Amino acid sequence: YPLDALEPHMSKQTLEFHWGKHHRAYVDNLKKQVLGSELEGKPLEHIIQNTYNNGDLLPPFNNAAQAWNHEFFWESMKPGGGGKPSGELLALLERDFTSYEKFYDEFNAAAATQFGAGWAWLAYADNKLKVVKTPNAVNPLVLGSFPLLTIDVWEHAYYLDFQNRRPDYIKTFMNNLVSWEAVSSRLEAAKAASS
Amino acid sequence: MAIRSLASRRTLAGLKETSSRLLGLRSIQTFTLPDLPYDYSALEPAISGEIMQIHHQKHHQAYVTNYNNALEQLDQAVNKGDASAVVKLQSAIKFNGGGHVNHSIFWKNLAPVKEGGGEPPKGALGGAIDTHFGSLKVLVKKMSAEGAALQGSGWVWLGLDKELKKLVVDTTANQDPLVTKGGSLVPLVGIDVWEHAYYLQYKNVRPEYLKNVWKVINWKYASEVYEKECK
Repeated sequence: YPLDALEPHMSKQTLEFHWGKHHRAYVDNLKKQVLGSELEGKPLEHIIQNTYNNGDLLPPFNNAAQAWNHEFFWESMKPGGGGKPSGELLALLERDFTSYEKFYDEFNAAAATQFGAGWAWLAYADNKLKVVKTPNAVNPLVLGSFPLLTIDVWEHAYYLDFQNRRPDYIKTFMNNLVSWEAVSSRLEAAKAASS
Repeated sequence: MAIRSLASRRTLAGLKETSSRLLGLRSIQTFTLPDLPYDYSALEPAISGEIMQIHHQKHHQAYVTNYNNALEQLDQAVNKGDASAVVKLQSAIKFNGGGHVNHSIFWKNLAPVKEGGGEPPKGALGGAIDTHFGSLKVLVKKMSAEGAALQGSGWVWLGLDKELKKLVVDTTANQDPLVTKGGSLVPLVGIDVWEHAYYLQYKNVRPEYLKNVWKVINWKYASEVYEKECK
């Protein structure tokens, strides 16, 4: 979608910087970092797992994981998004969180309480849905689960539009931006990969 | 009207004291947001007035409020002998207490140009910087590089190692105070590299913020701390 497609919920200016500068820098810097190394030419997810190094992060991890995280984030949103999910996704949310409202509250709380930079996720593992929060560049891939949805809570994700008001940003994301179609299709893929 | 309000204040204070005694709780020391020693716009153009206002009134205030809440909860947990509640509160205390400690230092680390902001350190600290780093220019370059390279949120510090009697440059993550990197470390200058410290003005270009912040660093305060610790 174009950079202004998520307005007024996420401004064009934010997208220009967040996608055009931050995300672009992660990609460009990663390319420079792996050039000439054994990681050159490998798939991004391979680089992420390799450089996560069981928590003892190798230098390319931050750029690799952030490149992956941001692409996943853009695809987690759509113009005219938000609202409630339906179908199987809703059924599983109700099964694993008791109700959609309980999931909504838990996801919001995770995003609001991730201290400093990081991400909040809906993830799938062992046939269960769960809410996870991660610091800096860490994502559920390295924790052994399938990411289904994410919100970026680094300050650069919301500062131009919301300044310090992270809870307002999270609510706006949930109410107006989430692409439940993307989440549902990722759930299908996760279930297929698990079986 | 004035007499009535005086009376109600005394009554409320009396009630609070009574309930404290009945519950066997001692009252805990809570914290308040320190005032800035300069106007919000006084550090321009290095740091915008908009950033200073939000940084002080929203971010620092939130750390103070949340720290006070955590301390109250800690007090209750300690009184009840609830060890796991006490342990569980540690991260809230580190985040918010650290945020209060660090920002209180930061406001003193900054000064308007007309009050000496940016003026190089003289005296003992100036000499120590030349001895340990070669020159102020080298120190600035090192701190700016480490600040720029910090992933996520945190601080870059010039500190004094009291035990080893030398100056050090170090970084801390999130709101960890410098003392978490070493019990003998005393912070002299801290630079906030959380995005909220510069984003509205410098956007993603953190190195530009780091280049300009030196113009308003208050070396007089850092020198005072250094000289006091060296006695």
